[in-house]
Amino acid sequence: MLKGRNLIDPMDFTLQELEEIFNYADEIIENPKKFSHICDGKILATLFYEPSTRTRLSFEAAMLRLGGQVLGFSEANSSSAAKGESVADTIRTVECYADIAAIRHPKEGAAKVAAMNSQMSVINAGDGGHQHPTQTLTDLLTIRNIKGTLSNLTIGICGDLKFGRTVHSLIKAMSRYENIKFILIAPNELTIPKYIKVEVLEKNKIEFIEVEKLEDVIEDLDILYMTRVQKERFFNEEDYVRLKDSYILDKEKMLKAKKDMIIMHPLPRVNEIAVEIDKDPRACYFRQAKYGMYARMALIAKLLGADK
Amino acid sequence: MVTINSIKRGIVIDHIKAGVGLKIFNYLGLDKAEFTVALIMNAPSKKIGRKDIIKIENEIDIDFTVLGFIDPNITINIITGEKIESKVKLNLPDKIENVIKCNNPRCITSTEQEIQHSFYLSNRENGEYRCMYCDEVNNNNNVS
Repeated sequence: MLKGRNLIDPMDFTLQELEEIFNYADEIIENPKKFSHICDGKILATLFYEPSTRTRLSFEAAMLRLGGQVLGFSEANSSSAAKGESVADTIRTVECYADIAAIRHPKEGAAKVAAMNSQMSVINAGDGGHQHPTQTLTDLLTIRNIKGTLSNLTIGICGDLKFGRTVHSLIKAMSRYENIKFILIAPNELTIPKYIKVEVLEKNKIEFIEVEKLEDVIEDLDILYMTRVQKERFFNEEDYVRLKDSYILDKEKMLKAKKDMIIMHPLPRVNEIAVEIDKDPRACYFRQAKYGMYARMALIAKLLGADK
Repeated sequence: MVTINSIKRGIVIDHIKAGVGLKIFNYLGLDKAEFTVALIMNAPSKKIGRKDIIKIENEIDIDFTVLGFIDPNITINIITGEKIESKVKLNLPDKIENVIKCNNPRCITSTEQEIQHSFYLSNRENGEYRCMYCDEVNNNNNVS
């Protein structure tokens, strides 16, 4: 039963509950018209304390496509937070006006505080560098629909694996499925944190290897999940110059990749995927953004109990 | 050695790791106690070399759970008629509230004043606690 629940952490839902959301998303994808009024009269509050074009628009599009309406703010300066109002007080007020809320906040744990102080469902739309569970739903729905399965996959994750919350959540979420192997591709400065290795990968006996260069492993991958490597994360210029090309996906590297490998990226992209790749049928990142909207449609409908 | 009289009725908190006694003393608010209290520091111990001891001549409500977080190796002796009536062995509690504050500057608890500071035991083997909001690892060195 998902009605009335919150989504704060990507692991809040069981595999069965995730399956329920994905199946519902599939129904929406199949026949969107059928669902275009199921949230008539309902309001989604989007409380964005920091700017985010993609996530906010995706939430708003999702609610509008379900027939609901949207209100909210897109930066802290245009809310009472600028006057010093607490998250707890803001959510208590907002629940007088809305039926469900999506919150993005720069502080880690802010969405949890909102959920603890609200009777309505709260969705974490990103809390600092901590969690971004609807991105994980998006990623899983994309993999499930394009690869046809969430099991028996070799997943390469490339780029900044140290600070990327998307990556950490994806590893946790995929570790619950059968026969998943990770190939973690990152410079020494940006390898996956130890706690993810110990508490997620080793604890669940998930096979993984760590490498420094994408071209050494690209031929083994079913999925390549790209993230951005920022120059300022490197300790010295020399290492950056030596390694930067390893983290830029181009046509030459794609020659070695499997015919059915898919390329994913949480977006926005800067230069880590060459624009020439966009035409490659294996490039799935814009489709991934669309799946993000469907995933949020299914989530909102389920949490509101509008699917019945 | 300093001699402290045995107590007739009350509580003896024993086997406190040397140096932690004052922390516990302060945490329990014993500095404001109106009854007799003794804090013994650096007493010799066969078990742990040096230890701190707190003796309380009265019955007070002690949150044993929290003491387990501060130092799980301490023992609590309940004294009646100058004899040990019972011993309480402490364990690491699954959850603690408002004992330590999260040391992650990016945590919501650093800016919102009214939030309870809650932590959950994430690894019993090494006594690791994580903030319930941001999941940052914190330990009992943060007890103020």
